[in-house]
Amino acid sequence: MNMVSRRGFIGGAAAGLAVTTLGAFGFGGAEQALAASVRPYKLSRTTETRNTCPYCSVSCGLLVYSLGDHSKNAKASVLHIEGDPDHPINRGTLCPKGAGLLDFVHAETRTKYPMYRKPGSDKLERVSWDWALDRIARLMKDDRDKNFVEKAANGTTVNRWLTTGMLCASASTNETAYITYKWARNMGMLALDNQARI
Amino acid sequence: MTNTWMDLKNADLLIVMGGNPAEAHPCGFKWVIEAKVHRGAKLVVIDPRFTRTASVADFYCPIRQGTDIAFLSGVIKYLLDNDKIQHEYVKNFTNASLLVKENFGFEDGLFTGYDETKRDYDKASWSYQVGDDGYAKVDETLADPRCVINVLREHVKQYTPEFVERITGSPRAKFLKVCEMMAECSSPDKVMNSLYALGWTQHSSGSQNIRTMCIVQMLLGNMGVRGGGMNALRGHSNIQGLTDIGLLSNSMPGYLSLPVEAEATFDQYMSQRQFKPLRPNQMSYWQNYPKFYASLQKGMFGKAATPENNFAYDWLPKLDATYDILKAFELMQDGKMNGYICQGFNPLMSIPDKNKVRASLAKLKFLVTMDPLETETSRFWEDHGEFNPIDPSKVMTEVFQLPVTCFAEDEGSLANSARWLQWHWPAQDPPWESRTDIAIMSGIRSRMLALYEKEGGTFFDPIVNTYWPYLDPNEPTPDEVAREVNGYTLAPIKDPADPTKTIPAGKQLDGFGQLQADGSTLCGCWIYSGQYTEQGNAMARRITADPDSAGIAPNWAFAWPANRRILYNRASADTNGKPWDPERTLIKWNGAKWVGYDVPDYGLTVAPDKGMGPFILTEEGQARLWCRELMRDGPMPTHYEPFESPVVNIAFPKVRGNPAGRVFKDDWLRFGDAKDFPYAGTTYRLTEHFHYWTKHAKINAILQPEFFVEIGEELAKEKGVAKGDWVRVWSKRGSVKAVAVVTKRIKPLICDGKPVHVVGVPIHWGFIGETIMGHGANTLTPFVGDANTNTPEFKAFLVNLERTTAPAVA
Amino acid sequence: MADYQSLDIIRRSASTEQPPRVRGGQEVAKLIDVSRCIGCKACQAACMEWNDLRQPVQTCQGNYTNPEDLSPSVWTLMRFTEYENPDGNLEWLIRKDGCMHCSDPGCLKACPSPGAIVQYENGIVDFISENCIGCTYCVKGCPFNIPRINPVDRKVYKCTLCVDRVAVGQAPACAKACPTACIMFGTKADMIVQAESRIADLNSRGFDKAGLYNPPGVGGTHVMYVLHHADNPRLYANLPQNPRISPIVALWKGGFKVVGLAGLALAAVGSFFHYVAAGPDETDSNDETVAFDMAHFEDDRNASEGRGNDVRPSH
Repeated sequence: MNMVSRRGFIGGAAAGLAVTTLGAFGFGGAEQALAASVRPYKLSRTTETRNTCPYCSVSCGLLVYSLGDHSKNAKASVLHIEGDPDHPINRGTLCPKGAGLLDFVHAETRTKYPMYRKPGSDKLERVSWDWALDRIARLMKDDRDKNFVEKAANGTTVNRWLTTGMLCASASTNETAYITYKWARNMGMLALDNQARI
Repeated sequence: MTNTWMDLKNADLLIVMGGNPAEAHPCGFKWVIEAKVHRGAKLVVIDPRFTRTASVADFYCPIRQGTDIAFLSGVIKYLLDNDKIQHEYVKNFTNASLLVKENFGFEDGLFTGYDETKRDYDKASWSYQVGDDGYAKVDETLADPRCVINVLREHVKQYTPEFVERITGSPRAKFLKVCEMMAECSSPDKVMNSLYALGWTQHSSGSQNIRTMCIVQMLLGNMGVRGGGMNALRGHSNIQGLTDIGLLSNSMPGYLSLPVEAEATFDQYMSQRQFKPLRPNQMSYWQNYPKFYASLQKGMFGKAATPENNFAYDWLPKLDATYDILKAFELMQDGKMNGYICQGFNPLMSIPDKNKVRASLAKLKFLVTMDPLETETSRFWEDHGEFNPIDPSKVMTEVFQLPVTCFAEDEGSLANSARWLQWHWPAQDPPWESRTDIAIMSGIRSRMLALYEKEGGTFFDPIVNTYWPYLDPNEPTPDEVAREVNGYTLAPIKDPADPTKTIPAGKQLDGFGQLQADGSTLCGCWIYSGQYTEQGNAMARRITADPDSAGIAPNWAFAWPANRRILYNRASADTNGKPWDPERTLIKWNGAKWVGYDVPDYGLTVAPDKGMGPFILTEEGQARLWCRELMRDGPMPTHYEPFESPVVNIAFPKVRGNPAGRVFKDDWLRFGDAKDFPYAGTTYRLTEHFHYWTKHAKINAILQPEFFVEIGEELAKEKGVAKGDWVRVWSKRGSVKAVAVVTKRIKPLICDGKPVHVVGVPIHWGFIGETIMGHGANTLTPFVGDANTNTPEFKAFLVNLERTTAPAVA
Repeated sequence: MADYQSLDIIRRSASTEQPPRVRGGQEVAKLIDVSRCIGCKACQAACMEWNDLRQPVQTCQGNYTNPEDLSPSVWTLMRFTEYENPDGNLEWLIRKDGCMHCSDPGCLKACPSPGAIVQYENGIVDFISENCIGCTYCVKGCPFNIPRINPVDRKVYKCTLCVDRVAVGQAPACAKACPTACIMFGTKADMIVQAESRIADLNSRGFDKAGLYNPPGVGGTHVMYVLHHADNPRLYANLPQNPRISPIVALWKGGFKVVGLAGLALAAVGSFFHYVAAGPDETDSNDETVAFDMAHFEDDRNASEGRGNDVRPSH
């Protein structure tokens, strides 16, 4: 709700209050006093999308409601999330984590831009995607070129890269996982693990 | 999970031990409540703390953390002594009758073959007696003392109720009550269900905790049946999937394993993966390993993987050690790890011994974090007073914090703990400049390719030959990837279901039964095959029907393997193919084939009298009461104390911790003992939070705002602590300050006559987010891993405690 | 602007004229089966999310009850009580606190502002904020100590039973979210039948005093509890044994109202002019109203009976 309508709302409420109170004394019809209606239902005109809760492994079905129709000037934004009643496991329910998902989606502390911290610096600075990815590719290639082990001491072909490692996100999709595997393992990375270890 | 979440409603007895599902999995736990409300089931909780699960339990039994094996070994002894086992099941469906080698033994807490310097076993004696026919010998009468069941009986004989009480602190009467309740489920028409999670895995004997309950469930005949099973409730939304896809240091997709350095040639590699049957007529499904392997390598390297180069065997990195998370941080500390990429992972808060983790991260040359949320890890170099004391000017690490989309913005599948692959769709546009993980990695890849092309570099064949057939190489779509993971034909193949038919090239596979070992099929993860066939994306199916409310919902999404919902379901029927309990029919033999509610975990037309065992993945065809050389720390579970324990191991006083538990040299010095650290600490999650994410969500911050520790009233009194006071809790590794929650839900456990106080430390707070700043619980926990998985021992360690004042606000 | 009939309002505060009852619809109720509540706070989260309520983050007070209390932005709250029963076994009694939607609502009866509190035919008692004058009589009128005043906008808030959801045929957000179906929602008649089967189950598990909490002193409620220890509801974070509307409210109903209302009406006119002149951010004149209210009714606070906030649960 924007500022103008908020102020208008409060002003109107105050006026309504005065009339109401006076009305009760008999200065007007009681119907007139009723500014109320059943509270407006906030999900009209929203888009409903099926999703899965990203937290635990129960995998509750979600109904995610968003405003905005993906047109050029109307980015879709989530407004409300509740359980999917069709889902065989959660049958529409959600736990306090799932029921609070909206505040994860719109968290203040969501990462917004690529950020970079220089050696020795006490802050993160905003950088462009191109700059960040170029720099990461450079660092990874340099480390791999320098430290990749093709043969073990006994001559066995081992083709491993031990000086760069990766922790993988066990809330990412299987498709992301597969690309991650292909990307990291094919470079020879062995220190590749995920939360299942923890 | 072997079973489904809904299937919990079919249980008669639900044992929660090593978990707290009401707290950690509330929406799955509803099916426990369903069992109670509609079936009259009983719920038993065995836990050091009276948890939220205990609050709705019919029976609660306390136990000291890290003593589950002693407790359950006592149960096994009770079942054997009182003949409360399901005989026909045990005799036919388990390896009870197989004969163990004569030279296998167990003495003073150690199995034969122990090497103290290596902290490892030579497992030569850990196998069956093999006959001239190449099969394991059996004694159907179970009379031979070397029969597995008799070796087991001997192994658990010391765990009398008295002995169990001395170790575990569980009052004898309560222990016996649990035994009685479990024993009732040896009847074919009564079923027990085991629900567990990180409360069992996060121990130095974590894998063996689970093994012990497996043995109980096998003796009761409760594996493969509706309402039964071993149900690992698991943690993250796709922890199952990431493990399935092989994102563990020693894994490849579909539980294939990376070669070790000793396997210099492809033949050596395959010789260790033959999985020849150990009994006649067994399926031993892993015999198909070459098909899974070749199809996977076609997915990795496409045309460059050929039969001639053994499908690029040499390009697989070979292991000379286990490179799990703890090892990675050890390398970091030693300056042997230069770069680290944290994708949706916050190790500064989630790896044990936070001070060591911080110091290790500071030795990196570069750190990349890819996360939808700011993490403590991406700011490990930032000084936050006592919450993260560090001097940024001394940290030379380059840090990249990359914004990533979250679930609400991405598309794809997640595998839940019941192995369901479920597809989801994006609900909003990526906010700010966030990108998908796939786009980020693809972007780095294309830049590295350009660099290799321009300037060359060290052995880059596997990189430039990586199979990358995606329409936009900088952003493969989830749909493209899902099709590849399912697999498709690369050349025409004979249809294994009907050899008169040929499946042309370029067709999506129907399932892993069609995989070939000659390179004519490609499949990114064999166990997922069937997820995306010519009929479409099975993971996106939303058919809610659940015939007879069996708790199966067979056409909702897709379950691996082969859309099977309950694993080992052949074991739900007796040797004639008749369900043990007609009320709980799952599948049955109709004279021509197996029919029922679920996809049979068996040859569809293999008659029951063919002698094939119900556990088709194992070489025995049977479930294993004694598991040969398959576990690193022994073929049977043994009680070892945690590495930090308030008491000595009264069963084996000479042994400290699990003899095969992995400890790095310097970490021995970071263990405390009971003299300085008298209290038994344990860490856990709370229902209001999910790890370190929900502290960013205002709602959850409101619901559980601040770091606290829980102590019993007795300890509080001893220490002069009132509820709401600040206390300092410290271990050998670090110190935290927290608000004290003084509770009746934690009581001292009397172990060997001496009270042991438990200190509960929930994990959720840090120095970023909406919650009040807090010290991480991992400041306290020890850097030691389970013998088999290297999962850290978060659940049992030693601390001391005193009253203090509030921390200075950073 | 809706009319009474279409809204199914059966009662409104401070109005002699009550709307006609034309529909004869069914009463609804929320049944909270405390015996299967796991205290997960999903209801709290769903309530905050649906109703756009965010309380400032507080601190840990040494127990699991968070936030510390109901507030204008905390409409429901799990209250945790550790109870050692006579057998020496621990019971963790967890009760979802919030508006009970009384059939005979003390808040509505105490309210001097016409239409600020209404009761729908289905039993839901709702606060119509634009009519609320912030006098807090409802706070005193409530035998369960539920409504809370927001000092910023001087309006009183509480659970609406998600009247917006119920109006389109959905369950309240808390009931929908509840993972164990400890919160059930339906017609009051159905909920009473449900409760009976739950009580039978609890009896079979040794809780022979299990029962339904639907207190007659307030004409029954549209939020009911199944309690394992129905003989002693005070075990559950001081749930009143026999809640009744305060006698003061009865007095108010009997003739005191006109005098009180005149004073409030003047204050309301004052705030109307103040709003027009200065906008809503200044609260001085509202504060005067509060001062007036508090002075006037302070004595009654302690006289009212059955209030739940005198003693807070120990943990």
